[in-house]
Amino acid sequence: MMLWEAFLLAQRAIRRNALRSFLTILGIVIGVAAVIAMVTLGSGATAKVTSDISQLGSNLLHVRPGQGMRGPGGARTSAKAFEVADAKAIENNIAGLTAVAPTASAAQQAIHGGANWSTSITGTTNAFLTVQGWQLAEGRTFSDGDLKAGRAVCLLGRTVQTELFGSVSPVGQALRLGKISFKVIGTLEEKGQSSFGQDQDDIVIVPLRTLQRRMAGNADVAAIIVAVRDGISTEEVKTGIEHLMRERRGIGADQNDDFHVRDMKELIDTLTGTTTVLTALLSAVAGVSLLVGGIGIMNIMMVSVTERTREIGTRLAIGALEREVLTQFLVESVVLAAFGGVIGIALGLIASGIGSQLIGVPFIFKPGIVAGAFLFSGMVGVGFGYFPARKAARLDPIEALRYE
Amino acid sequence: MLLTQSPPTEEKRSQRPERSALIEFGGVTKVYGRGQAAMQALDHIDLRIGQGEFVAMMGPSGSGKSTCLNLLGCLDTPTRGTYRFDGVAVERLSRNQRAMLRRHYLGFVFQGFNLLSRTSALENVELPLIYRKIHAKVRRHRAMEALVAVGLEKWAHHTPAELSGGQQQRVAIARAIAGHPKILLADEPTGNLDSVRSKEIMEMLLSFNRQEGITIVMVTHEAEMAAYADRRILFQDGNITQDDPNGAAQ
Repeated sequence: MMLWEAFLLAQRAIRRNALRSFLTILGIVIGVAAVIAMVTLGSGATAKVTSDISQLGSNLLHVRPGQGMRGPGGARTSAKAFEVADAKAIENNIAGLTAVAPTASAAQQAIHGGANWSTSITGTTNAFLTVQGWQLAEGRTFSDGDLKAGRAVCLLGRTVQTELFGSVSPVGQALRLGKISFKVIGTLEEKGQSSFGQDQDDIVIVPLRTLQRRMAGNADVAAIIVAVRDGISTEEVKTGIEHLMRERRGIGADQNDDFHVRDMKELIDTLTGTTTVLTALLSAVAGVSLLVGGIGIMNIMMVSVTERTREIGTRLAIGALEREVLTQFLVESVVLAAFGGVIGIALGLIASGIGSQLIGVPFIFKPGIVAGAFLFSGMVGVGFGYFPARKAARLDPIEALRYE
Repeated sequence: MLLTQSPPTEEKRSQRPERSALIEFGGVTKVYGRGQAAMQALDHIDLRIGQGEFVAMMGPSGSGKSTCLNLLGCLDTPTRGTYRFDGVAVERLSRNQRAMLRRHYLGFVFQGFNLLSRTSALENVELPLIYRKIHAKVRRHRAMEALVAVGLEKWAHHTPAELSGGQQQRVAIARAIAGHPKILLADEPTGNLDSVRSKEIMEMLLSFNRQEGITIVMVTHEAEMAAYADRRILFQDGNITQDDPNGAAQ
């Protein structure tokens, strides 16, 4: 009852000074909007990264020689490369796999007619398309003969295709990779940018043996990509591969691995961890503006108390208790702040809706953050309203009535 | 029984039933400031005001009449001396207890009206009733009654800015009487009004005193206004120098 009266009183006082009230809460509005936008966009970005990597295949394991990402590449160069036989061994000994693709790569100029384009050449098998979930746009994949004989045939990514052939279909045509002439047998569907900003379509795929023999001049396999069947634990498969490889590479029990198996799930964790930290940091900065908004409220409430000294004097003379005057002004600042919070939430959601469109991340509505922002703005009202309210409540009624 | 009054009061008073003392000042002294800067606003005042009296307090500015009114209104406490309001020792009450006393038994009318701006007359009159926690419907009804009593029922929904000075003061009076106080304290109620409006206000106060029996204590420096009162108290330098019933004044 008392609080309700105070609420009615407060909203009347706020409406009496609509413009000033609006300016007062502007700080809170901006602060809340910024926090909401940061958190919403941040979680959108996290979701985007997660889904991008899942598309890359969250069920993928990358087996590479060397110590992986730990430290500089010293260990990597000394580590023995894999062979095609290693990939075969994985395929034969580990259960629960959909495909195993041995890959090796080289950078080369691709030349067709007058056009030339520097691109990356991946030597692999058809399994590569399976593990990457890549579809052919045109033409055919490698035949057994292509793979075994190491024929000079290739599949083109969309970027290479447009750079060299424009809109003409390249299938059946020839292009030169370095000094060797290749026949284009197919083109790949467009994949777009990866979440790391790489153009995935800037690729030429050739049979593994072709790359090894004709371009690299060795039989090395740089990486083996393993796709794990749905429902099978990548952890288990990873352990299995590690055992198998230690055995095959003759690593003793007291020695460290000279290869690593990277689980894409770990990558997801690392990346989402980064975006989460970033989001938290940005939200904290936005939170500071909330604080500044709170000080704005305190400022205006102080002015309001001074301006309404006679009103306060009248109320005290009529018999308002200190506590009641305190409540009145406190409720006023809380209502102001909460109102600012509501506008800020609306604005923040609109801004993050637009923002997520612009930067291409999904819009993720988080009710917890909205409730939190609302509560927090209310608390800002209490925190920064208390001092002016106490000043009002402690006025001497005689002085206050005499105030001009 | 009436301590500081001159004998002629008795016969004047006897026309009405004997009044019990509502206000009793016993040696009330009020000092503002400390040490060198100390200023004695009231010096051992003894005063007794009965239920139903209409008292005018007069005197030059700085004579102590306003200080006396503030003490009567429980807005301040005496530095020394005792103040019994309806038997309650006000000098021993806390700030909040005095606020409760004001809330339930006192009504105030100020020179500057002190109505809440941009708030309707009706809502202004309701204000003391809100603090009394009176239910909204009853409150509205009683505020309207008070406005009827001051003849402003047609203006109930107008804000102070839309009312003349005289009307504003009538709203203020309605606000003061809406809670049926035991005593109405008026500080220069006609100070901001022309003579015609002043007369209206005084007639109104007089009628509330006569018909409702509300005790009124009014501070004024206009003899014309003081003439409406039954009793005039003259202050000079913190002392009461004259305490006359109206008829006995020069």
